[in-house]
Amino acid sequence: MRSIARVLLAPAVGSLFLWMIVPLAMTIYFSVIRYNLMEPGEHAFVGLENFRYFITDPSFATAIVNTLLLLGSVILITVVLGILIALLVNEPFPGQGIVRVLLISPFFVMPTVNALLWKHMMMNPIYGVLAQVWRAFGLTPIDWLSDWPLLSVIIMVAWQWLPFAILIFITSLQGMNREQLEAARMDGATWFQQFRFLVLPHLARSIAVVVMIEMIFLLSVFAEISTTTAGGPGDASTNIAYLIFKQALLGFDVGVASAGALFAVLLANIAAAFLIRLVGKNMER
Amino acid sequence: MDFTTETGARVALAIRSAAAWLVALILFFPILFMLVTSFKTELQAIAVPSIWIFAPTLDNFTHVQERSDYLLYAKNSLITSVVSTIVGLLIAAPAAYSMAFFPGKRTKQILMWMLSTKMMPAVGALVPVYVIAQSLHLLDTTFALVVVFMLSNLPLMVWMLYSHFKDIPPEILEAARMDGASLLTEFRHVILPLAMGGIASTGLLCLVLAWNEAFWSLNLTAAHAGTLAALIASYSSPEGLFWAKLSAASVLAIAPIVVFGWFSQKQLVQGLTFGAVK
Repeated sequence: MRSIARVLLAPAVGSLFLWMIVPLAMTIYFSVIRYNLMEPGEHAFVGLENFRYFITDPSFATAIVNTLLLLGSVILITVVLGILIALLVNEPFPGQGIVRVLLISPFFVMPTVNALLWKHMMMNPIYGVLAQVWRAFGLTPIDWLSDWPLLSVIIMVAWQWLPFAILIFITSLQGMNREQLEAARMDGATWFQQFRFLVLPHLARSIAVVVMIEMIFLLSVFAEISTTTAGGPGDASTNIAYLIFKQALLGFDVGVASAGALFAVLLANIAAAFLIRLVGKNMER
Repeated sequence: MDFTTETGARVALAIRSAAAWLVALILFFPILFMLVTSFKTELQAIAVPSIWIFAPTLDNFTHVQERSDYLLYAKNSLITSVVSTIVGLLIAAPAAYSMAFFPGKRTKQILMWMLSTKMMPAVGALVPVYVIAQSLHLLDTTFALVVVFMLSNLPLMVWMLYSHFKDIPPEILEAARMDGASLLTEFRHVILPLAMGGIASTGLLCLVLAWNEAFWSLNLTAAHAGTLAALIASYSSPEGLFWAKLSAASVLAIAPIVVFGWFSQKQLVQGLTFGAVK
């Protein structure tokens, strides 16, 4: 039995191991040589030169801050609004089914469509929908992508992931013990007390799941940036993923990009270690 | 206001419904706007204030097909997402089965390690994967995309299937084994029927993720194996200024998967939460 179990496990473990180790080994190798696609010739060993270059690049600090800001704000927005909206649509009301379908839809919109839709039709400072709304209130329309590039990207990504959070919280709320809530209400618990002491603890596990899944996908947001702001203006909306991409495919500097990639892997591992703790605790059954 | 009386309760319900509908319409509005714009002429599309009543035209949709061979990209999207999902399930299911029913000392560690590979940002592997694909002449092929999609979804697949297999009571398996069922019979006649829901939700989720995947499709493909995600990115400029055509292309790109998602949302939740939220 043991050996059969191992045979069954082998393809998955083997292919994932290759998928991890081959790129990693190559990245480590590239990161210590001079390797620029525009400068053919020898790939001289340069030691940690590429790392130094990547880390002292002024864009680097900006990119880290942007990555964390993007991650943190989107998680915060989706969890808070997600819980509120899930509570709002949880009890039956006319058209509940349709409302749920409408709410979940943005999650299935692919990132490139999401990006172009918001960039042009929503955020265009002259013709865009938001500009029309601003004007309706007598305000001067905002040039979102030029003046608030990172915020624009956060809005797009949050719009995509809010439905996901809502969906998970709705599912979790439906498993709540109604009698307990009823009893609390009888005892005169206010809405806020019910929320604080019954609903929120019940949602703890699903909040952990939302945070974990979003972290996996948000650390490497790419399409929303590359199709809208291209990281700009300047580095205002460049995250780590996009910075590495810029070095590799736009700057043709494979060496520096690889050093950056190793850094991203390190960052991901720190996040992973942190998350696995969190989730490990929450998912024990 | 007193919400305990009957009129009070009715007023409360009305307020709650109105609020729920308002929120839903706000979140759905961008999609609705895009859908409506795809039936406008370019002039109507950028009219300020926006026009909502007009004679719809299908010109934009025919333009999209003529300009960029929508059907080719749609075919690529369909092939890459379906094939990568099926192959992924064939590799992930035995592994999940093995770990769920024959757990060893290192099972937990292996599971955590698999999840940690998913945390690696794709961009970290971009250059090596690009170089490998280039040297094997696999750039801009559906084959390369299938392999990459499959591998990047594999950790999630194993995790989800594992948690669903874990829900099957081991007693049932023991009973089957007592009756002398072989491993294959056991898998086919006991596990497969019991875990069908879990397998379906895993497959559905990976299908959606692969269909919407943008990073690898943008970086590994060009005119030949491009998926819909890459096609839309090519509209970023200068056609981005032509809202009606951009909208038509976008609607065509997302319609299949959005409709698909509506019908399978329940299964998707189960999948995405590893069955941890019920």
